[in-house]
Amino acid sequence: MTEKPGIRHSAPQEPAIRHSAPQEPAPLKPPPPWAMLAELTHGCPLHCPYCSNPTELISRSRELATADWERVMAEAAELGVVHAHLSGGEPLLRGDLVAIVEATERAGIYSQLVTSGVGLTEARLAELVAAGLHSVQLSVQAGDAAQSDLIAGKRSFAAKEAAAALVRQAGLALGLNVVLHRHNLDSIDDIVALGVSWGVERIELANTQFYGWALLNRAALLPTREQLARAEERLNHWRERLDGIELIWVIPDYFEGVPKPCMGGWGAISLTVGPDGSVLPCPAAYAMEGLAMPNVQDHSLRWIWEESAAFNAYRGTEWMREPCVSCPRRDLDFGGCRCQAYAITGDAAATDPACRLSADHHVIEELTRSQGDAPFVYRSPRRRSVPVGGVDRPAL
Amino acid sequence: MTSWRPALAPSVVLRYDAVREADLLIMPERVVVLNGQAASIVELCDGTRTVDEIVAELAGEFPEAPVAEEVPEFLGRVQKEGWLR
Repeated sequence: MTEKPGIRHSAPQEPAIRHSAPQEPAPLKPPPPWAMLAELTHGCPLHCPYCSNPTELISRSRELATADWERVMAEAAELGVVHAHLSGGEPLLRGDLVAIVEATERAGIYSQLVTSGVGLTEARLAELVAAGLHSVQLSVQAGDAAQSDLIAGKRSFAAKEAAAALVRQAGLALGLNVVLHRHNLDSIDDIVALGVSWGVERIELANTQFYGWALLNRAALLPTREQLARAEERLNHWRERLDGIELIWVIPDYFEGVPKPCMGGWGAISLTVGPDGSVLPCPAAYAMEGLAMPNVQDHSLRWIWEESAAFNAYRGTEWMREPCVSCPRRDLDFGGCRCQAYAITGDAAATDPACRLSADHHVIEELTRSQGDAPFVYRSPRRRSVPVGGVDRPAL
Repeated sequence: MTSWRPALAPSVVLRYDAVREADLLIMPERVVVLNGQAASIVELCDGTRTVDEIVAELAGEFPEAPVAEEVPEFLGRVQKEGWLR
């Protein structure tokens, strides 16, 4: 997929305007999810090496039918989902995208299209807007055309520029997403200038999260600490000067020493539905062997959210061990990312190695000192699957 | 402020959430939970009423409440967030 780094979600902010909090009933059941990431397809015209889709992409022939997605949207709304991110892969590859947007709107869910922009014609956008689409998040791979096309592995920048203009013409909210890494972190100024000229409301500067293809390409993508410091200096420069554009910085967790609050907690805020109907607590959970992901073709979304073993496995803090269980930050970062703990240590209940308190933190530290000049392995459906991760396996 | 006729920004939706029994402002990447009175103010922000007219309507509806001070202040805050235009 082209835009969402694995672990971004639509977190409901601590409400700015709230006088009395709506009370949840006694916590017999988990609180309802706010957001759903709908990976409508893993097909994509782009080949971005930072993609967080699994290296074993789900084939088009296994994708859910239109009626399945219509039912999923209705069930999601009933469960409490208010935001749907229609993503992929490239969701525009779905011939029934308009019907899916209609079903989302009919359910009363706010829809955002997460797209590369490739294939977004004026006629298609008009149909999507008429169906109830609210906003568009457009990916771009760098601030200039040549570098963007090089990272995407396809000539696509011109199509993105055209798509941005169409979205603005249609009056929809437009956000830009740029996944950051060694090969574009030095061009924050260009990216911001691009966002200004394309008329976006929001720029997500999303440091690469290492899952799926990004994990496979980790050596080629990891930036240097100096690069990150320079980029953050530019971020702060623009935050002070830009009016009307929100700049979002998704942290490079390998460099922070503190783990990210992955997904706002496992099974806490958001769920992901994959192209084949598998439902995941985190878009990176495809790689978690030994934890069977339930499927909307077998169970209701409510049962999956409330009852399934997969969603309850790391919910709350019961599953934690030391150093997490006695950590004052345990309710802030939830021990970090379960998928990252699994990918690096082989144990999903371990402390995320991005945390400096993890016994495996040295693995991350060594990686951040490495000089990455590895070539890109471009994302492609034809590629055989490649085993990833593991402290005892050769570094990728 | 006097000639301003507040309206929700194009990408912002006001919606009642039956599951949480709460009024929400929904926008890309964010959900804001409103309390009951806040929603009844936002409902009047349809681009046709001035702030004074909104205050007058609410004063009729909530005679006990200090709407003349609180409503303009609230609208100003929401505008500053970019959710009202």
